[in-house]
Parts: sequence; structure tokens; C-alpha cells
Amino acid sequence: MVQYHQARFDASFAALSDATRRGVLEQLGRADASITDLASKFHMTLTGMKKHVGVLEQAGLVTTEKVGRVRTCRLGSRRLEEEAAWIERYRQLWAARFDELDTVVEDLKRKEKVDGRKKRE
Amino acid sequence: MDARKESNRTTAERKSERETVVTRTFNGPARIVFEAWTKPELLKRWWAPKSIGMSFVSCEADVRTGGTYRFVFSHPSSEQPAAFFGRYIEVIPNARLVWTNDEGGEGGAVTTVTFEEKGGKTLVVMHDLYPSKEALDDAIASGSAAEMDESFEQLDALLVTLPTEQR
Repeated sequence: MVQYHQARFDASFAALSDATRRGVLEQLGRADASITDLASKFHMTLTGMKKHVGVLEQAGLVTTEKVGRVRTCRLGSRRLEEEAAWIERYRQLWAARFDELDTVVEDLKRKEKVDGRKKRE
Repeated sequence: MDARKESNRTTAERKSERETVVTRTFNGPARIVFEAWTKPELLKRWWAPKSIGMSFVSCEADVRTGGTYRFVFSHPSSEQPAAFFGRYIEVIPNARLVWTNDEGGEGGAVTTVTFEEKGGKTLVVMHDLYPSKEALDDAIASGSAAEMDESFEQLDALLVTLPTEQR
């Protein structure tokens, strides 16, 4: 997990070393945009913008989705990674709760034993 | 102690487009585990462990079919307490609990917990069913957005330390 974060961090960092790509992120922070929109905003060819968006996508900083003939770009990491991380956080939350619940179960078991003894006496 | 921890691992997965499932085994009979899920004074002891940073402000749970619950938590990062609430739609003693999660409006999941006793141990399966694929995707996205903000802050901090000629 730590290594995975480090690799993603490096990729993010490389992606951010370019002024245009930083501009694209800033732009997408305001609103989702198509590659065509971005190309015209940054006075670039479609091919050039596709490359930049590709780097950002690889770094997990941007996701793209093609609907019909338009590819829309938005901020965010790739869905599957996002989902795996979310599930893992969710698991950790419940694991922490259940560790505490173990203690409650042990207490109740002990109490039942004591009560059982009292009844027999 | 260690052996116990190893055998009682918590698992979690996205089972389908609309479902997540969490499982865990407890070293005790179902009636005891069920009791710990259904008495507010016991729920309070485990639902907000220290490690997650939340603590109970109040805990109400009227665990019977049609009854309601309301858990209110405080967290150091927010001034406003957070309330989680809903209704129990099915309660079968020592076997099954079903409740709604209404704090998020219509996108909330329905949670089903089953208690299966075997040889003095109890397998707990917690199943969250969302109304649609979009509802679960949204839950994941909003959870991840918070984390994304944190990593952007980290990146910002790093960028500031870079010499200008490298930017």
C-alpha cells in the first residue's frame, strides 16, 4: 500500500511538472471539459491536448469518459483504484469496530458465566 | 490472542454494482453478539472506536421492527456533530437485523446483518444494498474526494519547496 502510494505520488508529480497540465487541472477544478474545449482554451492541437490529458490520466489525476463523440475530462483518480481504496477504508473502519466488539462479547460471556453460577448457588 | 486475531479477520468487498459485504467471526454465541448490536449501552462501547476519531454524543436505538435509531457523533475536524439515523425494518432475535440509512436522503443503503452460530462462534455478515449503481458510485466518489483533497494539499506543500527553475 505504501509503495503503491509512492508510485502514484511520483506519477502525479511528473504530471504536474508541466505548466499546461497544471493549467488543465486548474481548469477542470472549475468545470468538467471536453478535450476539444481544453485544446481551444490552451491554443493547442487536439493531438497535443490528448497527450497532456493522457499523462494526467495515467497519474490518476484526471478521469475521462467518452459519451458519443465527445470525451469529457474531470478531476479525480481512476475509478477502480478509488473504489479499492474506499473498500479498504471501509474494511478498516469495521475491523476497528469489531475489535472493540470482541471485548464486549468477552465481557458478556463472562457476565453470563457469573450469573449462571449465582443462579445455581 | 494472536491466533484469535488471525482467524477473525474482517473482510470487505463490493459484491455487485449495488452491494457491499463485510464479514467477521466472533468467539461467542449468536445471542451474545446480537445483544451487543441491539442494546444502546453496549453499541456505544464498540461502534465508535478511538482509532477512527469519532466519539458518541448520543446513541438511541429502539431495536424492534418499525423502531428507529439515531447515532450522533462528534469529530475533532468538524464543529457540527454528525447524525446517522434510520429505521429497523426487520428484527429477528439472534439471527437477523435490517435497517435503513436515511441521513443521506434517497441514496442511502439498506443494511442487513445476519448472525450465524456454529460451534459456539458466530459469523456476522453485513450487507449494504444501495438503491442503484449510481448511489454506491456516489458514496465511493464522495468518500474519495475527501482523500483527494488531502493528497492535493500534500502536493501543494511539495511544490512550494521546489526551486523555481525546476517548476
